[in-house]
Amino acid sequence: MHELSVTESLLNLALSHANQANATKVTAINIVVGRLSSIVDDSVQFYWDFVAEDSICAGAKLNFDRRPAVLHCADCSTDYTIEHDLTPCPKCGGMRTTIISGEEFFLDSIEIEKEAEKIS
Amino acid sequence: MSAIRVPVVEKIFSTNDKIANQNRQNLTNKKVLAINLMASPGAGKTSFILATIKRLKDQFRIGVIEGDTAPVTIDADKIISAGMPAVQINTGGDCHLDASMMGDGLSALPLDELDLVIVENVGNLICPAAWDLGTHFNLLVASVPEGDDKPYKYPNIYRGLEILIINKVDLQPYVEFKMDYFRQGVEMLNPGLITFPVSCRTDEGMDAWIDWLSQKIIDFKKNA
Repeated sequence: MHELSVTESLLNLALSHANQANATKVTAINIVVGRLSSIVDDSVQFYWDFVAEDSICAGAKLNFDRRPAVLHCADCSTDYTIEHDLTPCPKCGGMRTTIISGEEFFLDSIEIEKEAEKIS
Repeated sequence: MSAIRVPVVEKIFSTNDKIANQNRQNLTNKKVLAINLMASPGAGKTSFILATIKRLKDQFRIGVIEGDTAPVTIDADKIISAGMPAVQINTGGDCHLDASMMGDGLSALPLDELDLVIVENVGNLICPAAWDLGTHFNLLVASVPEGDDKPYKYPNIYRGLEILIINKVDLQPYVEFKMDYFRQGVEMLNPGLITFPVSCRTDEGMDAWIDWLSQKIIDFKKNA
């Protein structure tokens, strides 16, 4: 629902790193998205073409590395993956859980082009 | 031309988080406790804030930041008529407040004269959870008529909470709401979460919440 502002933040972050690296063009944006982060990739992709227009990120490919939601059961120490619904521990039925992964949402790396430097 | 991979590994919310930390520092320096109050539309956010103000206004000075998607000042007007400073932030259709809007709201409030700031976020159980505003606590006003499945459907918002209010408990005899099932979902997401079942209409449970909050404000002012 808030992917427009998320996409704008993503663009600003990518541009600042691209500028630091003296990029002339950004060809790919590699993003890590956890299952629990409530980010809809398709919406980010949809807004991307609009927000990145007229910048060196225009046309960059968005790659989403989706991480599963993994919970840890505090009662029997089982780690288990959940798909959609929040479910108790499949081994002991325990309800006391902590989240091991699935909340990630970060820019992992960008792929850029720059003018080849002459080696003298 | 050569293609190069540049490692970044930076949270996409990092700019927001930076501003949020500035807001929090600003509030802490002025010894003002701030609460980010979230809820779905109709859970009773404004009624809960008014009920809280009514009981605390002789003891503490309270400011309110009202987040709304549309430029209607109904909620802010109610707070001002209760005798407290309120500022309305219109998100222009956006589904949540962010740290920069919160910063604007704070600069419009007389912080030097306040003990507590309550930020009424936009009515929504998804988006506000992702944006740190720079408050000290996240509070959710859940309500009985919304149904007992909400923790299971909106896990993100429940996970980030410090305080849970279950409002409209007086309606339990009239709606299908299994309190045990609801609280079991909350317990999975946020074990030991401080929870106050209340009714703003009958005042049930409000004493416990007010006692807890008063003590929190006093402790905060002592330690900030």
